Amino acid sequence: MKHDEAEDIVKEALTDVVPEADLTTLGPDETFRDALGMDSLDFLSFIEILTRRTGVRIDDEDAPHLTTLADSTGFLLARTE
Amino acid sequence: MAEFTMPSLGADMDEGTLQEWLVHAGDPVRKGDPVAVVETAKSTIEVECFEAGRIGQLLVTPGTTVPVGTPLARIEPLAEADTPTEPEAPAKPARPPRPPAAEGARSTARKPSRRKPTPLQAPTATGPPPDHDHAVEHRGHGDEGPLVRHLAEEAGIDLDTVHGTGRGGRVTRADVGRAAAAARSPARVTPYARRLARELGVDLRGLTGTGPDGTVRASDVRAAAPGPTTPPTPQSGGGVPARASAVRRKEGMREAIAGLMSRANREIPHYYLSTSIDMATALDWMHEHNHHRPVGERLLPAALLLKAAARAAREVPELNGHWLDGRFAAAEEVRLGVAVSLRGGGLVAPVLRNADALELPQLMSQLKDLVARARNGRLRGSEVADPTLTVTNLGDQGVEAVLGVIYPPQVALVGFGRVVERPWAVNGLLGVRPVVTASLSADHRATDGAVGARYLTSVDRLLQSPEEL
Repeated sequence: MKHDEAEDIVKEALTDVVPEADLTTLGPDETFRDALGMDSLDFLSFIEILTRRTGVRIDDEDAPHLTTLADSTGFLLARTE
Repeated sequence: MAEFTMPSLGADMDEGTLQEWLVHAGDPVRKGDPVAVVETAKSTIEVECFEAGRIGQLLVTPGTTVPVGTPLARIEPLAEADTPTEPEAPAKPARPPRPPAAEGARSTARKPSRRKPTPLQAPTATGPPPDHDHAVEHRGHGDEGPLVRHLAEEAGIDLDTVHGTGRGGRVTRADVGRAAAAARSPARVTPYARRLARELGVDLRGLTGTGPDGTVRASDVRAAAPGPTTPPTPQSGGGVPARASAVRRKEGMREAIAGLMSRANREIPHYYLSTSIDMATALDWMHEHNHHRPVGERLLPAALLLKAAARAAREVPELNGHWLDGRFAAAEEVRLGVAVSLRGGGLVAPVLRNADALELPQLMSQLKDLVARARNGRLRGSEVADPTLTVTNLGDQGVEAVLGVIYPPQVALVGFGRVVERPWAVNGLLGVRPVVTASLSADHRATDGAVGARYLTSVDRLLQSPEEL
């Protein structure tokens, strides 16, 4: 998986969960749960979508690595290598 | 013959606008089928049928605003669909503040029961009036409490002219409020028209409505508004009914919350308790559970907290129910309201029915579904009606504790904050544990602190055995 592809998947997943989100203003290292007002249910949906689209297994303990566009993209890249 | 009436979809709802029919006359319906879409000040809700049968005459056209309890359609028994309908029972003489339609609702023998869903095709329940779920007792005028008499006096209203919706026709505070409002403003105003009037600075008192029964509609408000007007929107007929914009919806919701919460603070003597709960066992169990399951079946701490709150409500029934007409009425089931914040602002509290008896995975999937539809879609009438105890979980918003305001007529509100790591002493040893602050706001008229304490202790105990939740 290429970097841009992984980032697109992350962005699409966020848009699916928070349809009104404006990702153009979201910085790569900004915590999206705070920026987009996501709660734990939203975050679980986000994980669900990522898993469905990439086949990557994501456990509860991986949550700390999925907080920003940059680290989520990096996480997907590392797990699909 | 049964009637499908405008349901009460919350303690703050007096009237609703029929936005759309989802059925036609002659359609067979089963209990639980959505039959109409109703717009309240707060939200748009699909309303289900409470009888099995065949839809008879549709009595109210889309775009019409009617009080809670007004018949919207007739429902004929399936087997007797072809037999002629019985003549209408003579309606009681109308009293000024309540429109005649509402009198018709009260004259019918059958009312939908919203509280106890029975299996499909079950015999029709003879239920209570929509906004009062307690048994009917025979009491007449003159039994009104001092507060109601005082309110009526203040508003200059003769109680004998007010139609009572309380037990045995007793006049309640809400009835007085309605009568006072009716004395001040035109007979009926659609919620949309009311919002529009506020936006355009139109005084509703000077308006004559052109809708059914003199109802003031958006077009009346626009006609009375000074300056440029917005293009008219379709209000009735076969077209799509007017949809309030997000801004107007937000205002309506703010207004509804303001009204209900002001009433809560005015009427309910709150007391507050809180306790810190060690979540280590519960979270370890949850992570282990989640590890073996696909993402779609995983649990969140919220599910465990809600389940514990519901089980504890079963153990301490003094907190599960409603304060009605000066006394506490315990509920038979736990209908757990879950406060859900909406992204545009505001909140709704859809209901997890029988939450104490739901298995955790079931509870979790219902929670996901309810929250998703509360935010993006449409809730059903049965999903917002009659919570017996509400939980607000503000942990995701980052706060450690919440001391909330009770939703009347409920008598308690449970709050959970964020799960945080804290130093925690166990058996003389200090460790770091995940801890949540559970709080209880309770109505001191209904219970004392000892009962509240028993409740929070139960929540704590239940969370220490997550495998049994």
